[in-house]
Amino acid sequence: MNSDHHVILRVVSKLLIPLITIFAFYVHFHGEYSPGGGFQAGVIFAVGIILYALIFGVPSALRLVPAGFARGLAATGVLLYAGVGVWALFGGGNYLEYNALFEEPEGGHAAQHTGIILIELGVLFGVAGSMLTIFYAFAGRVAEISDEDW
Amino acid sequence: MLEIIAARGNYWIIIALMMTGLYITFEANNLIKRLVGLSVFQTSVFLFYITLSKVAGGTAPILMGGDIKKKAKHAGEEAGAAAGGQGEAAGAGTGLENVYSNPLPHVLILTAIVVGVSTLAVGLALVVRIREAYGTIESDEVRAIDIDVALAEEMDAPAREGAQ
Amino acid sequence: MIEAFVSFAPGWARDHAAPLAVAIPMLCSTLGVFLPNGRLAWFLSILATGASLLMALVLMGLVQNEGIVSYAMGGWEPPAGIEFRIDALNAMIILLVTAIAFLAAVFSWPTVNAEIREEKQNLFYSAYLVCVTGLVGVSSTGDAFNLFVFLEISSIATYVLVALGARRDRRALPAAFNYLVMGTLGATFYVIGVGFLFAATGTLNMNDFSQMIPQLTDSRTVQAGFAFIIVGLGLKAAMWPLHQWLPGAYNYAPSFVTTFLAATATKVALYALIRYLFTVFKPDFSFELASFGLIFMPLAAAAMLVCSFQAVFQSDVRRTLAYSSVAQVGYMLLGVSLATAAGLTAGLFHLVNHALMKGGLFMAVAGVVLTYQGTRVYDFAGLGRSAPWTMTAFAICALSLIGVPLTAGFQSKIALLAAVFANGWWWAAALIVFSSVLAVLYMGRILEAVFFQAPANPRKQRKEAPLLLLIPLWILALANIWIGIDPAPVFDLADDASAAVFTTGGAR
Repeated sequence: MNSDHHVILRVVSKLLIPLITIFAFYVHFHGEYSPGGGFQAGVIFAVGIILYALIFGVPSALRLVPAGFARGLAATGVLLYAGVGVWALFGGGNYLEYNALFEEPEGGHAAQHTGIILIELGVLFGVAGSMLTIFYAFAGRVAEISDEDW
Repeated sequence: MLEIIAARGNYWIIIALMMTGLYITFEANNLIKRLVGLSVFQTSVFLFYITLSKVAGGTAPILMGGDIKKKAKHAGEEAGAAAGGQGEAAGAGTGLENVYSNPLPHVLILTAIVVGVSTLAVGLALVVRIREAYGTIESDEVRAIDIDVALAEEMDAPAREGAQ
Repeated sequence: MIEAFVSFAPGWARDHAAPLAVAIPMLCSTLGVFLPNGRLAWFLSILATGASLLMALVLMGLVQNEGIVSYAMGGWEPPAGIEFRIDALNAMIILLVTAIAFLAAVFSWPTVNAEIREEKQNLFYSAYLVCVTGLVGVSSTGDAFNLFVFLEISSIATYVLVALGARRDRRALPAAFNYLVMGTLGATFYVIGVGFLFAATGTLNMNDFSQMIPQLTDSRTVQAGFAFIIVGLGLKAAMWPLHQWLPGAYNYAPSFVTTFLAATATKVALYALIRYLFTVFKPDFSFELASFGLIFMPLAAAAMLVCSFQAVFQSDVRRTLAYSSVAQVGYMLLGVSLATAAGLTAGLFHLVNHALMKGGLFMAVAGVVLTYQGTRVYDFAGLGRSAPWTMTAFAICALSLIGVPLTAGFQSKIALLAAVFANGWWWAAALIVFSSVLAVLYMGRILEAVFFQAPANPRKQRKEAPLLLLIPLWILALANIWIGIDPAPVFDLADDASAAVFTTGGAR
């Protein structure tokens, strides 16, 4: 990448990427009772990294978020989601029954809030991880593939 | 007649998209184009669900105005009804002030879009690999290469058997 | 036996068997990503599928003791929430899928180690567990849209697994691509159908469907939905002529994947088809009755004839078996198209038996691939002498496929013949016999090469498949003989299953 011609892009994206990331978490933590949620947040978060990769090159993005980490992130997301389900089983509820996550006084909704936030966090991890993995799988392919490498 | 056609405008669009997608999927030789056709086909189905969910005069299914206060009292049960989703129009018979579109198809289609994206990603990855293995992404060329190789093997087989 | 097993099961297993059968493979598939090597992932997948199998046994016992098991996901009551609904029909299918998944996982290591690159082995097992998750999920769920999601989860994992055969043969890639296009078309057709039903009824719960649809049988929307769902699931189940993806996918996939797919994937899609034909829609609707006579029966007959013929002319053993699979789907559909309880029982009985014999056959082929690197018929020549244990099991399963007395295939063909005669379709009986003769031709050709021809390549030494592979293979082969001698246990399961969908009807 010829950096001289991209000064403006680099400066602007340096400003934008932190904002995008923060916005992702804003969308996530408001997704509980307003439009938004883990899915959208995950996409926005991944877009922040992908923008970084587009401007600064895939190798530096790979240094920032290694491909293995992205894959692990996706797996962690699913693990978190399914794990909350099992946690609810231990609490005596049905699979994924948020109310059973922990004891709380009658009429309280803390367990439900926690459940939704955790589930959505799982979705965020899963979506962000898989978006990045897909992106790396295609973008990182040109230089380093040998025919055996899949 | 014209009214009947006009009143079902969304269906005409869906049918047109669906047929376009199917035609491309079957007709195109280029593997990428086949995936494009597949995506168009899937998208037409998404559109079908989304137009199903529209309730005449309904707004986006987010509580607003006086409905919020009503909901706040028994957020628990109501959230259940909203999340689980009955097929009925959300505004009808639930004592809400405003009419809302049915949110359930949107949720379903969000899931279906994720499925579609995953399929597309796997499909594109396969096309990349086919390009590397065969040097082409035209399905007729791939088939021709396969047939050539198979014929060569077939010629080879009796020779091997005869050699013993 | 199963009842005793259930009484030993702890309370949590009895309460939550339905979601756990799906959730355990799902959890373990994510753990597989973090494992350092394939061997650990292999252990993990054995554990996961084994635990899932235990849950399936518990479910089976519960269904036999207490009837339908209904599980509300997340505590949201059906029909609003997603429901897992297990009756005798899907309890049988879940048991079949998890049992085959467990056996396949046990035998997988030698062939996976040989055919998949080392650093991808743990991911391979993750994909395998995702596939199991999807298949068990399809068999458990009582929600029409949830079924689509699980169907696609298993399918997408399957495309990846099939494509991994590219290391041995690059033709796996176009095969996987075709499978992907056809499979996605099938799933999308299914979603269109569900959309029509949703538009007509306003629900997505299958049990709700079955109660609302009787009032709506004249609705064009419902009829169109029916047509779309049948085409979509028929594609997934490799119903002739929608089977074009199957021979390629089975032929070029890694041999372990072929074994697993041949025994489960089309079976699960066929289960979904049966679920729609008999539970959601009732066979007494005029448009559905017409579809039995005008669509399923001719297609089943065509599958049995055409694909058996195609199987005769294949030079590759795996391709022969793949075409034979499509023909065998024809037998099952023929049983289904009778629209009688006896016919459905015979179809389901054959479904189980076919899973056992095709699983065994493909396992034996996997052993040959592992030791001799060839799947063409002339590669098999003389193997009876150099690998007697593998090939004896292969022969038992092959005889079962043909339908020789004292094997499982014989019993299910007898059941099918009885059901066909009860309906007075003597020509269908003739067709079954004729198709079995074709099976004698295509399997006999292979068996002849195996036992009566000189080895094609004298340099090949005496080499048996590894013990790890032989044990599951012989379990399947002996199961074939056991069912052939005493069909009662499995037949009763199939009978319960068809009784469950026929008697319970809409009023539950």
